Amino acid sequence: MRSFEFFEPTTLAEASRLFAQEHAQLLAGGTDLVIGMKALTETPQSVISLQKIAGLAGITTDADGGVSIGVMTRVRDVELSEEIRNGYTALAEGAAEIGSIQIRNLATLGGNIAHASPAADTVAALLALDAQVDIASADGERSVPIHALFTGPGQTILTAGEIMTRFRLPSPASGSHYIKHKIREVMDLAFIGVAAAVDMDNGTITGARIGLAAVAPTPIRATEAEELLAGKSLTDAILAEAGEAAAAACSPISDLRCSAEHRREMVDVLTRRTVREAVARAHA
Amino acid sequence: MAKLPVTLTVNGDGYDLLIEPRKTLLAVLRDTIGLTGTKEGCSTGDCGACTVIVDGRAVTSCMVLGVTAADKAIMTIEGLAADGELHPVQQAFIDTGGYQCGFCTPGFIMASKALLDENPARTEEEFRHALGGNICRCTGYTKILEAVMQAAEEIRTTA
Ligand code: FES
Ligand code: FES
Repeated sequence: MRSFEFFEPTTLAEASRLFAQEHAQLLAGGTDLVIGMKALTETPQSVISLQKIAGLAGITTDADGGVSIGVMTRVRDVELSEEIRNGYTALAEGAAEIGSIQIRNLATLGGNIAHASPAADTVAALLALDAQVDIASADGERSVPIHALFTGPGQTILTAGEIMTRFRLPSPASGSHYIKHKIREVMDLAFIGVAAAVDMDNGTITGARIGLAAVAPTPIRATEAEELLAGKSLTDAILAEAGEAAAAACSPISDLRCSAEHRREMVDVLTRRTVREAVARAHA
Repeated sequence: MAKLPVTLTVNGDGYDLLIEPRKTLLAVLRDTIGLTGTKEGCSTGDCGACTVIVDGRAVTSCMVLGVTAADKAIMTIEGLAADGELHPVQQAFIDTGGYQCGFCTPGFIMASKALLDENPARTEEEFRHALGGNICRCTGYTKILEAVMQAAEEIRTTA
């Protein structure tokens, strides 16, 4: 690992000022950055730890019935939170898929998203759950929907000095579910990840959101599939249409792990499966 | 960069250290403090050999910068026995032969200890899943799980 200057600011303003400098990296849980620095794929000149800044960790209920999850919240805490398990099940399931318990005790939700891997385990769920991302900098604050955050593998719209502070989730959908397609039970990267959230009224799907991971240069929403489902009741025919539409929305690559064809096929299969389960949970 | 003054609390003992920010907690424990019970297997978070307990949570110490571990309660395998008595999970690994070369053992024991503190009523299947971040290159998993189940039983009945 190369040497670097280490900072542990206690305010966001100070962190933002430091982070605006060249070759600076933020340190959250460290599970990506520390490994990257050892591999020399990351060679920052300054490392700015966020752990001493008050208010960046924790899950709180918002006045509008939604929840806010601070960026420094450990993914293990997201996975185990009753509030998240009950109201935002897909996110608890996504968090539980990351690495091992030892890694989830370190890794943060903010880090999982800021790394901007198209295959991040929590991202499909955050897309399906319509998360808003709050961002702070010296110039003030802004907020973007999570689907507008990513611009490419490892790339986001964040500009110099901007730091994500929290994810805000609107009041719970009727049901949600996440499936990771993988080989190993734990410690694996997603071949693909599919999350669905549905709103139901009297057996009719009034709204659906589908998040897809590892099937395009960025995580994406399958908006055509979502539109097909809206206003319908659940039938095999409508699920088949939605699955096909979701598969058509991706642009997967072939790599060592699996082929593009397999990824596309599995998007179809897992879209049907996640939507069916999300609807079943809404009724439960 | 220059070394930074950091106080680490390991197994209840305070250590006033000067450490380079790039040193991992694992390196500080082993090389600076000299507690070599914690092992370095992969150094990439994949094997669990470096597992220690920080503020009650099992973590892979190869992914933690030592300078970020100040003001936290760090427990390593060396701190597990109390008053000369082995912890039930240590005793269970001995009783069942849950080790071969022993390299993965401190990591398995610390990971298991944290799981048992959290909930000793897990099924074998649940322990198996929860220990998925620990690898035994000697592949002694059957005995390792036997050890964990024995310790769980012991803790449940004496609690
Ligand atoms: S040495 Fe840390 S996980 Fe292998
Ligand atoms: S006993 Fe040899 S690595 Fe597990």
